[in-house]
Amino acid sequence: MENSDQTKVVLLACGSYNPITNIHLRMFELARDHLEDTGNYRVFKGIISPVGDGYKKKGLIEAAHRIEMAKLATESSNWVRVDPWEGQQAEWVETVKVLRHHYEELLAAERNKDEVDTVKVGKKRRHEDSDGWAHSHCGKTGMTQLKLLCGADVLESFSVPNLWKPEDITEIVGRYGLVCITRAGSDAWKFVHQSDILWRHRKNIHLVKEWVTNEISATHVRRALRRGQSVRYLLPDPVVQYIQEQGLYSADSEEKNADVVLAPLQKYSKGCN
Amino acid sequence: MACRVPLVLLACGSFNPITYQHMRLFELARDHMHQSGQFQVVGGIVSPVSDVYGKQGLAPARHRVAMARLALRSSDWVRVDDWESEQADWTETVVTMRHHYDRILKEHQNTTGAPQLKLLCGADFLDTFQVPGLWRADHVAEVTGRFGLVCVSRGGLLPHRAVHESDTLSRHGNNIFLVRDWISNEISATEVRRALRRGLSVKYLLPDPVIDYIRERGLYTWESEQRNRGAALRPLAQQGAPPETPAD
Repeated sequence: MENSDQTKVVLLACGSYNPITNIHLRMFELARDHLEDTGNYRVFKGIISPVGDGYKKKGLIEAAHRIEMAKLATESSNWVRVDPWEGQQAEWVETVKVLRHHYEELLAAERNKDEVDTVKVGKKRRHEDSDGWAHSHCGKTGMTQLKLLCGADVLESFSVPNLWKPEDITEIVGRYGLVCITRAGSDAWKFVHQSDILWRHRKNIHLVKEWVTNEISATHVRRALRRGQSVRYLLPDPVVQYIQEQGLYSADSEEKNADVVLAPLQKYSKGCN
Repeated sequence: MACRVPLVLLACGSFNPITYQHMRLFELARDHMHQSGQFQVVGGIVSPVSDVYGKQGLAPARHRVAMARLALRSSDWVRVDDWESEQADWTETVVTMRHHYDRILKEHQNTTGAPQLKLLCGADFLDTFQVPGLWRADHVAEVTGRFGLVCVSRGGLLPHRAVHESDTLSRHGNNIFLVRDWISNEISATEVRRALRRGLSVKYLLPDPVIDYIRERGLYTWESEQRNRGAALRPLAQQGAPPETPAD
């Protein structure tokens, strides 16, 4: 099973998870199958990182609930888990900072492992040098990579003015890498082609075709919930139960942040952060 | 609530294997019928087709029934019935409906207000009415006229047109309930089988106990997909056979 030529990969997915649906979980399965099918990667961990309340999206309910639901949803998975770090931050955290945080954690974990396994010390470890991150990470085998898992909408959002800082996009695709689930029929490569940044790092972008089109959007789920319609089999049963017990997702909760500008737009349209 | 008509929904199909989408059909249909204010859905029946149906890649009925049972263990209103799957020959949908309706009437012999029975189907089902040789005209009339259809449509399918383009269907238009699935979800069993035989993950497309069952028994392989290959579907093979004697 363990092949020394294979790069170990951790997948990180950021989003509202308001609430988490089966399709969010499917993305991890599709991405792992795709990466491992290349023969070059072994995906051993997936991290779900719900956004913090500071994101200010309309209808976004408390992070504590969203984290709890994601935990319930991943109970049946042996490789995907929820990390509350991002959700617990008071302010909205840029995706690139979430990636940095988790990459630091990964490095720390591997350092600990290496200290035990003295044979490997020195050979594998490579701290960031003055040259920056670009060479220390990409394409190295033996070192775990952290990749951002996302839907095609994130790829498209890279071209929305003021939503992303260009240097953040460069770091995300250059230093880490992107695994992007696209619907059959959508032309995600077009977005890569039309963006110079993305095109430059295209070798670090993995597009995964989802043949079973499945558009369970959390927006649809919330709409059904506040109208008292069934959402069974769209979300894992324990999540449906939690929503009912806690009385989440009403017409009122949908009005949260109704007139508030999204945190990233607030931040970048001012021209700085 | 008291004046609402009690209703049982029956879904016929291969269920090869059952997916979340099949189970969603029931949830969507029940919500829709309740919102009409006229009906109270009191039960749902999943009726897997028998092996003689002759569809390519059809797994043995006992497995398809067992998987449907596992999937619906968590439902408090939909259950699996193996009557159709155990018939020696392929059973026309209308015959299956008559069987279940007779059973329902017997159960409610001493009560007033026996439930109605309607066929629950996906929008692609309406189109099968137009396939030459697949349906007998009197059966279409009985399914839609005597019983009724609840039809869930997704995406770009145009169920209204299918009704419009069929004289029989439009005659019974008031007994055909079209439900729109806005959360389009096209988990087809065909795609699920394809993923399974390619060794890809199907988690979150079907319930975990069903996936375990498939794994443990090694169902859905390249070999199993070759079953019935080239064989005519039983309903088509029956074409030209003398019409069955009408049920009493």
